[in-house]
Amino acid sequence: MDRIKPAILVLESGKSFKGSSFGSSGEAVGEVVFNTSMTGYQEILTDPSYKGQIILMTEPHIGNVGTNSEDLESKKVHCEGFIVREISSIVSNWRSTETLQKFLTSRKIPALSGIDTRALTKHLREAGVMRGILSTVDFDPESLLKKVRDSALMIGNDLVKEVTCSQPYEWEVPKSPTLNVVIMDFGVKQNILRSLQEKGCRITVLPANSTIQQILSYSPDGIMLSNGPGDPAAVHYAIDTIKRVIDLPNQKAKTSIPLFGICLGHQLLGLALGGKTYKLKFGHRGVNHPVKDLSTGKIEITTQNHGFAVDIESLAGKDVELTHVNLNDGTLEGMRHKTLPIFSVQYHPESSSGPHDSKYLFDRFIALIQKNKLMQKYSNG
Amino acid sequence: MGKRTDIHKILIIGSGPIIIGQACEFDYSGTQALRALKSEGYEVVLINSNPATIMTDPEFADATYVEPLTPEFLEKVIEKERPDAILPTLGGQTALNLAVTVAEKGVLKKWGVELIGAKLEAIKKAEDRKLFKEAMIKIGLDLPKSGVAYNLTEAEKISKEIGFPLIIRPSFTLAGTGSSIVYSQDEFIEAATNALDSSPISEILIEESVLGWKEFELEVMRDRLDNCVVICSIENFDPMGVHTGDSITVAPAQTLTDKEYQILRDQAFQCIRAIGVETGGSNIQFAVHPTNGRVVVIEMNPRVSRSSALASKATGFPIAKIAAKLAVGYTLDEIPNDITQKTPASFEPTLDYCVVKIPRFAFEKFTKSDQTLNSQMKSVGEVMAIGRTFKEALQKAIRGLEIGRAGLGADGNDVPGTIEEIKNKLRIPNNNRIFNVTYALEAGLNKEDIFTLSGIDPWFTQQIEEIIEMKHKIEKNSKNLSYELLKESKQFGFSDKQLAFLTQNSESDIRSLRKKEKILPTYKVVDTCAGEFPAFTPYFYSTYEEEDEGEVNPQEKKVIILGGGPNRIGQGIEFDYCCVHAVMALHEEGYKSIMVNCNPETVSTDYDISDRLYFEPLTFEDVMNIIEKEKPIGVIVQFGGQTPLNLTLPLANAGVQILGTSPNSIDVSEDRHKFGQLLKKLNLLHPEWGSATTLEDTLTVAKKLKYPVIVRPSYVLGGRGMKIVYDEKGLEEYVQKSLLEKNGKSSHPILVDRFLNNAKEVDVDAISDGESVLIAGILEHIEEAGIHSGDSACILPPQNLTHKELETIKEITEKLALGLNCKGLLNIQFAIQEGKVYILEVNPRASRTVPFISKATGVPIAKIAAKIMIGKTLKELKSQYDFSKLSLSKMKHIAVKEAVLPWVKFPGTDVLLSPEMKSTGEVMGIDSTFALAFFKSQIASGSTLPLSGKILCSLRDADKTTALPMIRSLQDIGFSLVATEGTYLYLKKNGLQVDLVKKISEGRPHVVDLIKNRQVQIVVNTPSLNEGASSDGSKIRTASIQFQVPIFTTLSALEAFKESALQIYSMKPAIEVRTLQSYFK
Repeated sequence: MDRIKPAILVLESGKSFKGSSFGSSGEAVGEVVFNTSMTGYQEILTDPSYKGQIILMTEPHIGNVGTNSEDLESKKVHCEGFIVREISSIVSNWRSTETLQKFLTSRKIPALSGIDTRALTKHLREAGVMRGILSTVDFDPESLLKKVRDSALMIGNDLVKEVTCSQPYEWEVPKSPTLNVVIMDFGVKQNILRSLQEKGCRITVLPANSTIQQILSYSPDGIMLSNGPGDPAAVHYAIDTIKRVIDLPNQKAKTSIPLFGICLGHQLLGLALGGKTYKLKFGHRGVNHPVKDLSTGKIEITTQNHGFAVDIESLAGKDVELTHVNLNDGTLEGMRHKTLPIFSVQYHPESSSGPHDSKYLFDRFIALIQKNKLMQKYSNG
Repeated sequence: MGKRTDIHKILIIGSGPIIIGQACEFDYSGTQALRALKSEGYEVVLINSNPATIMTDPEFADATYVEPLTPEFLEKVIEKERPDAILPTLGGQTALNLAVTVAEKGVLKKWGVELIGAKLEAIKKAEDRKLFKEAMIKIGLDLPKSGVAYNLTEAEKISKEIGFPLIIRPSFTLAGTGSSIVYSQDEFIEAATNALDSSPISEILIEESVLGWKEFELEVMRDRLDNCVVICSIENFDPMGVHTGDSITVAPAQTLTDKEYQILRDQAFQCIRAIGVETGGSNIQFAVHPTNGRVVVIEMNPRVSRSSALASKATGFPIAKIAAKLAVGYTLDEIPNDITQKTPASFEPTLDYCVVKIPRFAFEKFTKSDQTLNSQMKSVGEVMAIGRTFKEALQKAIRGLEIGRAGLGADGNDVPGTIEEIKNKLRIPNNNRIFNVTYALEAGLNKEDIFTLSGIDPWFTQQIEEIIEMKHKIEKNSKNLSYELLKESKQFGFSDKQLAFLTQNSESDIRSLRKKEKILPTYKVVDTCAGEFPAFTPYFYSTYEEEDEGEVNPQEKKVIILGGGPNRIGQGIEFDYCCVHAVMALHEEGYKSIMVNCNPETVSTDYDISDRLYFEPLTFEDVMNIIEKEKPIGVIVQFGGQTPLNLTLPLANAGVQILGTSPNSIDVSEDRHKFGQLLKKLNLLHPEWGSATTLEDTLTVAKKLKYPVIVRPSYVLGGRGMKIVYDEKGLEEYVQKSLLEKNGKSSHPILVDRFLNNAKEVDVDAISDGESVLIAGILEHIEEAGIHSGDSACILPPQNLTHKELETIKEITEKLALGLNCKGLLNIQFAIQEGKVYILEVNPRASRTVPFISKATGVPIAKIAAKIMIGKTLKELKSQYDFSKLSLSKMKHIAVKEAVLPWVKFPGTDVLLSPEMKSTGEVMGIDSTFALAFFKSQIASGSTLPLSGKILCSLRDADKTTALPMIRSLQDIGFSLVATEGTYLYLKKNGLQVDLVKKISEGRPHVVDLIKNRQVQIVVNTPSLNEGASSDGSKIRTASIQFQVPIFTTLSALEAFKESALQIYSMKPAIEVRTLQSYFK
């Protein structure tokens, strides 16, 4: 057995937690956030929305099922560091191909285990999420604290540019594609792509800074604004582009393109519609958040991962109506444009990890696209 | 949408007596439901025959019927109360089956009653194997290959299609009764016959074996708007093949990826929707193939269950309470989460700890029965433990089991055996399997070997291996335990006792060392949300980490109540009832109550019963940690049965204030010699006795006392190992066997008492404040002395005691209570032989009969006792409670308690009552006359008790004279008689009309055929001394149980039956139901 290597977490509050290292050696700085899911750590680790963050899992036993080649949400691990109560020393699952330790080490992610993760969670809940540093090399609290305080703040930070694709690319095409959908990639989770593919969409993924002209050059039937990391307000170029999409009916084309925003995509849409976003104290990260669909009264248990939210008040008087609300804290979870085929949700209908309760939203998107196409056809001829 | 306003009165059906497969979890769920519905303003009616429950306390329902749970009695209640709705999903299988029966009989339609929670169709779809299978196939879910048979021919045809091994399950039975795993054609015929028999509709499912597959359970809730949530996922440590009630289970599931878990979640919702459970909780079981991941649905319970009680305690989400609210129309988002207060119940709890449940067995009482664990549930109780890791929770659970183990090994009690024995025990599931895994690892087997042999997932084995590695590390460093190692070992769940054993120290050395090093437990909150939201409920578990969340208010006046731990035979729901009453009494008197218990089935471990709940094992270490943290004014040990009582001396020695009767008095009552001296001083009679540690001495003592004698090991519970022996040969056998069990050394001596033949036994419960004594109840046993009081039926007020006897009993009780300086409850057992009153034993604690007396009289005696323990006097309490209701002469009604025995679950065990307690539960019959009260008690206990038909008599010679007049009377009121040869000749000679039946050896049809064909309606069989298991008598008794023909094995019980039958025959009274409340007006 390898000798246990120490690791330390120092928070900007000055608190520190010493434990063992189970990832790569080195240092990682990021916003420390907690996720309350009991399953799905591999999906969480590969979710680009965690860029710039160190993830703490509240479930104490992590690594039990190892990792496999299927449960990926992107090609990389995007978070900066990973913290658990106890890392499993063996893997037990028929699909597993690699241990979590190796998975993280080979991807150069430092990881910490053996600390009182509940105490840390409660600290973040009470003081709010904050920056921290996870180190396996430097153990001097003073020096670590300095590094934390010198690191970038989440507010005002455009992390999208770090995770978006550099070139447009086409996702695996379904057998007989019926619709053409363009994804604005702010850090898209692959299950969004898979979910649309299952619905018969030909999908083109575009970099976040694509212009309206570049988007229109693909003649999309629908546009998806993906999830992604960081402060939405910092991604002004995307907000501009979205504004232009919303404004399409007023242009000479006089037609609108259905738009569906998820998570960061929802926040960017909110900003483009004239609303404001703000940072939540400790965010929503987990797979058990109840959301009510205001049109049907149904409750869905949702996957969530966001630190910012759209301010409901700021939407007053705008062309927007609320469609979904979080039952835990009353925050905005979904909205739609009053007249245009545009809607968005703050949570993750593609789940992965998490419950499948909200898959219907992809159907709604498809229905919207089809209706829009029909109307265009009607008005054209 | 809110609650329904079109219904006003709701009837809840309880689950009746505690039996294997249906324990106090349904008191927990029923009590929650009653409280929830009452708080919503509904009028609530309850029917439950079990007097030991909290739910039957008169203040919980508006109308409480302690009446038999049969369709006839239920209809009477419906007719009288005219409820708008019945909620049948909270009283286990009993309530569900009962609801189905009355619905099908048209009773509900006749009286205009609606089933809420689950409709008839949904219940049938879930419970009927065939309908369930069809429903699952329709929605595309995979199931094990199977077929339904209604007779043996059909069954054989299906078995050929599926191949062996296969599983046979009868429809509509409890806890898998009659289920079995069959490996060959030979076994198949017998198993299929039994199963067809045990199904009330003669229907069995024959199924592809999924033995060794991984087993998972999901606890799901649904509201009327079709919102579904998973409350808890549970993974079984024991793979498929062992009944989930007998499996070690773990929450949350540990070995599924999110993708796989979500498949189970989707399927669980599909299932609850297809079955059509409209609102409430359901439990869905899945098997998952360990190497290819194929998922099959095993079954679903359309009601709250044992698993949902576990899930409630494991997550902090009160499933039963929420189920009740959903049933009256609320939706999940309209109900607040009590724990966070700010968030709604429409969410899925997330855990930041690990929960382990381990079942507790009672095989030591049924030694002749097969002890293999299979699809028929055999455990009698369970323990739950919470830790931050599986390792910690597992070790805590094992020490909470009270099976003499301090954790997973490392306590000097390991008995590994040879490698072949170890392998064998891994192959065949048994209650020791968890220890066998440690033996196997120590013997060099690896995780894969263990998986191949047992199907136990390597992840679990790895955790066990890590515990063993830690054990070796501690041993290696035993002379010099570092801070880090000591802390880590505590995080691995090692008890001080284990550490003491490993380092050759005493437990107190380790404790001192820990305290010196400041390695103290930290208490964390069970909050449903892994710390995401602040929690307002003080529900704690211990672990060894950095932050302690259990902030203590030193200003509060608080009292710790120690619960009873896992249910077992001899210590069950009665003690939980008493503990809950102690909590209520403390609240009434302005004290804060702190509950410590580790039994997830109980009301006492509901987080909103006490002010603080510590879900912890009841060991000295764990309890002392809480005491040192909380600094209560005292600890109540009297109410949780023998478990807390055993902690009295160690706690007192550690300086803890024991409330009520002093530790010294408890010691006097438990120590034979000291007690003997006290009796001598008070000039009271007791059967002569002696004690010895060797065979020779035992024989000498017995000779002096004269046979028969009653022998037992000292310090036992529930008459464990107790036996009446009639001669030297019997005694020799007994002593040799008991020495053998202890590996030849007997640390506790064997006690020998003179056995009082043909003596009446009487139980007395009394309350003393040290100055005066209140007799709460004098209970006359129906069975004579020599049969464990827990197994004996008893009557309140007594019917056959003379005034003088009663007065003597009262006098002695007062003398003893004051002599022992009791403060609180005490229970005395008396034997009356030829007018002389002997003291058999004294227990200075709440007894099993306390709830029965409270239900029979309407006086909450446990509450009164608790108040005395915190300093009130009987004089002061007189104004608060009406003690005159306890007056035997003033009682206008009669209550009969009957024991319920688990014979059906332990085939091979002779169905005889003895000094060793075997019953799991009790029922009460209450009415204006003995005849009716007794009749009701028999019906409630599951006997059909016919008032006409044929009686089969097979009596031992010694009983024939006494039995003759009883049998004659029964013949006089119309019973016909059939008897085996000896009895036949005797009855005939005495002028009775009787038929002869062949003994088994005399050819067919013989006596057992008669029972099998149900050609007799009652069996009277009294066993001769030293009767072997292969005797006709034994087979007669076994057949009676198997084919559910009422049987009397004692003449005293026959006499009670005769009395009752005669009265009913002559007076033809109308059998009526009455609320408990109405008896106390």
